[in-house]
Amino acid sequence: MSLWEYANPAKFMALSGRILPTLTIGAGAMLLIGLFWGFFLTPADYKQGSTVKIIFLHVPTALMAINAWLMMLVASLIWLIRRHHVSALAAKAAAPIGMTMTLIALATGAIWGKPMWGTYWAWDPRLTSFMILLVFYFGYLALWEAIEDKDTAADLTSILCIVGSVFAILSRYAVNFWSQGLHQGASLSMDKEEHVDNVFYFPLLVCIGGMVLLFVTLVLIRTRTEIRARRLSALRAREV
Amino acid sequence: MKPLILRDLKLAFRSGGGFALTLAFFLIVVMFVPFGVGANLDLLARIAPGILWIGALLSCLLSLDRIFQLDWEDGTLEALATSPIPLSGIAIAKATAHWITTGLPITLAAIPLGYLLNLPQQSYLWLFASLALGTPALSFIGAFGAAITVGIKRGGLLLSLLVLPLYIPTLMLGAQVASTGTQNPIQLLALVASISLLCIATIPFACAIALRANLR
Amino acid sequence: MLMNVSNLNCLRADKLILSDVALSVVAGDCVILRGPNGAGKTTLLRYLAGLAGDYTPENTAFSGHLDGIKSTLTVRENLSFWAGIYGFGNIDPILEQLSLTPLQSRAAGDLSAGQKRRLGLARMLLTDADVWLMDEPTVSLDAATSDVIIDAIKTHCAAGGAAIISTHIDMDIPNARILNITDFAAKQSDHSDPFLMGDF
Repeated sequence: MSLWEYANPAKFMALSGRILPTLTIGAGAMLLIGLFWGFFLTPADYKQGSTVKIIFLHVPTALMAINAWLMMLVASLIWLIRRHHVSALAAKAAAPIGMTMTLIALATGAIWGKPMWGTYWAWDPRLTSFMILLVFYFGYLALWEAIEDKDTAADLTSILCIVGSVFAILSRYAVNFWSQGLHQGASLSMDKEEHVDNVFYFPLLVCIGGMVLLFVTLVLIRTRTEIRARRLSALRAREV
Repeated sequence: MKPLILRDLKLAFRSGGGFALTLAFFLIVVMFVPFGVGANLDLLARIAPGILWIGALLSCLLSLDRIFQLDWEDGTLEALATSPIPLSGIAIAKATAHWITTGLPITLAAIPLGYLLNLPQQSYLWLFASLALGTPALSFIGAFGAAITVGIKRGGLLLSLLVLPLYIPTLMLGAQVASTGTQNPIQLLALVASISLLCIATIPFACAIALRANLR
Repeated sequence: MLMNVSNLNCLRADKLILSDVALSVVAGDCVILRGPNGAGKTTLLRYLAGLAGDYTPENTAFSGHLDGIKSTLTVRENLSFWAGIYGFGNIDPILEQLSLTPLQSRAAGDLSAGQKRRLGLARMLLTDADVWLMDEPTVSLDAATSDVIIDAIKTHCAAGGAAIISTHIDMDIPNARILNITDFAAKQSDHSDPFLMGDF
């Protein structure tokens, strides 16, 4: 039995239907525990006060914003190489979730930025990169919507995702050169991982785990919807 | 590939469109900047490289949908796809012709337009070099966007939405080359050139996949 | 054998319409595809031309509904372009053969429908391909122009070539083989669509 068997829609529906309840409960529980622990059971930071607690939302969503794109990239490659329909639909399903994660990361970052740096927005390399990631999500989603033939849409969005990934990475590095010229050095350093104390670290890990589970749950639910929609249109096409 | 490039050039010159329209648009974009931000010469000098790069990028965008659309509509693309030339070769020819009718004139026109924006004297060479080495990337990336959207009716807006994010690294590095106060323009120029080379070497294959999917 | 296809499945708009198509073509063959509208004649030709599907054709030339003519270029320029693509030498004999010589310096946009179709056919002549795949080559043409095209097909087949043609009219081609593509129509029970397999 190989992993690819689950790329068959019927098998995928059966398996995902079985594990979804557990996943949903797991994601909900982990997020609740992580966020409660983070928000209420950790001390206020001596420098940043209680504003630091937004990292329990900010960091997990920011991580998932990037990981969702990575997942789409892998799924796109699988579709182009092995032509497993579920893979293409999973990429489609992940995109709006990834976009939402990016938006949440940007919004929480802005809310955190105001008390920290005195501004909601700065053209810092990392912030800029997330803004760029957001427009990549926009393009990808718009392309899915624009094409009627489903397999063609899958092909075109897949190749866009692959080429887009290359240029997203190029942008990430270009941003460093670009910001050099605008302000000397990174005045707004965001190397939070290095500052994070153990007290914050463990609840943060729980939150990240919860967010991963939430992402997987949502992707499975949305992929199931896409598969049902495809079945519906296939049935309709057969009637004609 | 050569006959295809030559034919595209002939078509561009004969319809009188491509070439002149692009340059007229470039001029208008550049002209609008003083209208929008005021005619303060110091300010203009500071933002001139960025404005010229953004103007070049938008002018380039304007003619992208012509790369494959016309050939798609009259059946030429279908016939070309069944010819001995591989689809990636067709993409190379098309992008090259687009660069000759768009990137090259833009690069040349940027010099006089730079004067209008009070571009500092030492920046002219860098601006010229960055556009000359960067515009091939714009044409090839644009050809990719055009290949993806060729089957979509009224896909112009979508084309812009797909292509502009891909232009980000070229714009960031290219405009930076010509900015005053950039310490290492040579290094940035090399990066711009390498993006162009990367695009020329790989994008045609992506175009081929996109065209193949659209022709199906 | 100029072309040998078997077990070919053809999809149109994500739907399987032809299954297990088998077709072999030898020199001199002229295959006429028959079937009602929507049966998949065009789809099959596009598969055979390698425009869709995985089949890689060898030495075929395809002509679809559109002729691939640029209206701003002259007849000669249009044909020279295709000659350049296919590495074909002198195009004068072909212009002569299709009586396009008097029109050669006219803009292709000014040609009549029949003249355009002849120019499209001229492209097929200079491909040097063995198998011609033609989708409705005589549609909306008068008898005289149709005869020019049918003659060209006959000459091509007589010279050791072959042609696969979809058409609704009776073409006066001796030894033409009729292929009824409804024979290959995919049955409803063919659950090749992965989204129709299994219960969920």
